Amino acid sequence: MAHRVLIPTPLRPYTSQQETVDAEGGTVGEVLSSLTTQFTDLRRHLYADDGKLRHFVNVYVNDDDIRYLDRDATKLKPGDVISIVPSVAGGSPGPAAAERSTDLSHAEIQRYSRHLILPEVGMDGQRRIKGGRVLCIGAGGLGSPAALYLAAAGIGTLGVVDFDNVDESNLQRQILHGTPDVGRSKLQSARDRLTAINPEVQVETYETRLTSANALELFTGYDVILDGTDNFATRYLVNDACVLLKIPNAYGSIFRFEGQASVFATVGGPCYRCLYPEPPPPGLVPSCAEGGVLGVLPGVIGTIQATEALKLILGAGSTLVGRLLLYDAWTMKFRELKLRRDPACPVCGDHPSIKGLIDYEEFCGVRPAAPTAASGPGVPETTVEELKARVDGRAPFFLLDVREPHEFQISRIAGSTLIPLGQLPNRTSEIPAGQEIIIHCKSGVRSAKAVAILKEQGIEAKNLAGGILAWIDRVDPTLAKY
Amino acid sequence: MSPDGLRTSSCQTLIADEAIAAIRQHGAETFPDECCGALIAVDGRIVEAFRLDNTTTGGAARRFRIGPDGYRQAEANARARGGTLAGFYHSHPNEPARPSAYDLEHAWPNFTYVIISVRAGTPGDITVWHLRDDRSGFDEGELIWPTGS
Repeated sequence: MAHRVLIPTPLRPYTSQQETVDAEGGTVGEVLSSLTTQFTDLRRHLYADDGKLRHFVNVYVNDDDIRYLDRDATKLKPGDVISIVPSVAGGSPGPAAAERSTDLSHAEIQRYSRHLILPEVGMDGQRRIKGGRVLCIGAGGLGSPAALYLAAAGIGTLGVVDFDNVDESNLQRQILHGTPDVGRSKLQSARDRLTAINPEVQVETYETRLTSANALELFTGYDVILDGTDNFATRYLVNDACVLLKIPNAYGSIFRFEGQASVFATVGGPCYRCLYPEPPPPGLVPSCAEGGVLGVLPGVIGTIQATEALKLILGAGSTLVGRLLLYDAWTMKFRELKLRRDPACPVCGDHPSIKGLIDYEEFCGVRPAAPTAASGPGVPETTVEELKARVDGRAPFFLLDVREPHEFQISRIAGSTLIPLGQLPNRTSEIPAGQEIIIHCKSGVRSAKAVAILKEQGIEAKNLAGGILAWIDRVDPTLAKY
Repeated sequence: MSPDGLRTSSCQTLIADEAIAAIRQHGAETFPDECCGALIAVDGRIVEAFRLDNTTTGGAARRFRIGPDGYRQAEANARARGGTLAGFYHSHPNEPARPSAYDLEHAWPNFTYVIISVRAGTPGDITVWHLRDDRSGFDEGELIWPTGS
């Protein structure tokens, strides 16, 4: 019994450009077999070397895919039409997990010889490292040392997520970037530096802010996520995405002189929420930009994270799963706390209530960090240009600086009076009456709080939008920026 | 022939400016994921780059897939324009515009494969390739459009 077979465009050169061909057979398999006997060049494009249909070749009987019928054995009735319909697939050179090639070249054996002579690592371990894929969230203080060491160790693929440019104030600790990189994208600078250390490493850069919308997609395919984030919203996001995808999270965080590290989201192990079920109230824990950080501290913590990532990939050694390592650089002390998975944890517990990513800025009680947004509605503002006009004019006004004394030492707006925010409620008597009051801090967040404090005491004041940073940017660039 | 099984041929592919612009735009929009679509030719020149959904389940950052429905949509669209389905395009986010081993394994003969490199969201090199008849590799062609090279 002959059946009509519809030939797709790319295969028509093998059927003398015929769009339809008649072929004999009682089943789909028989028809395709007689088709490829008539037109032998078709065979290698339809069938793989093992004699099976290539998986991007779809065969339909009328409108039904034979995968959902009897495949090759699907019986044909008179008048049935068979269509060959291509799927088209491809992709970037970065291999998917199943395709990783991990043979070591002679050059690699030489490069990694100090690993290879460790029996705990050896050839097998180094091959695992070469096949390993680690994603660093952030190319900053923690991401820098972690990425540098992972690249040097021969990690196969190193992903880096960041959206910032290199700033002068980063250089004190973010050793991926150097002085000539100021103003460049952190990812470009990271790629250059990592490739210089080890050109064999596949560096995958993602110039984007990590969000609930892209995290799962970005993380998919990585073996370990290395959390180098600097805020709670992203930290919870990284944690939850790791738990949902079952990818271990080599966690680290730093503040002033203290750091912590652990490994979260392993199967059966605790996650960040088991340790901290709730984020701190917004504003309680200052960021590094506000609170400062000893430059070498992230070097220690980021290197610990890289160590944990390597052991996770090797599947050997004792990792920090179930342990929170606390490090104090000022007293030079390490301590350790035991952690357990919380069966009531909303994300990794026995009956999780969080089954997808949520809005983490809402969860952490923060809005996107534009200074004007942070000052909230109802706080009267003024701009640095308006302030300049007042400085140049004759009307008296009072410029109040609510930063800390050590910040005041770095740079100040001439004529300002310093009363740190914490002392303001007890020192309002120092504020002169009958003058316009303008309050500033570094970027406008603390001064917005100060305006609110004075308002409660019946004193009207205006917040300088953007703080002294905006003043330096737009009015007086001779002042030092910090 | 270079060691990766690629070689250059003198085969030229003519393509309209609009199609080049559409491929660049699509690649930038979907970055860091791969974009994909069909190329429609009229009178031996690619006149349209037609967007198709990337239905891969293997991670769109490094893979694309156009299923049978997408393929049929592409053929129907080509026919509606009075042209032919010339091939497909896709992007390589943060990778060079050269076919991967995975591309080779999945390629169809007699189709034109256009690849665009998109680095950090910015479209870059754009190249064209044809599968060798014995499936041993791709030959690079020359992509020619009125305002560029």
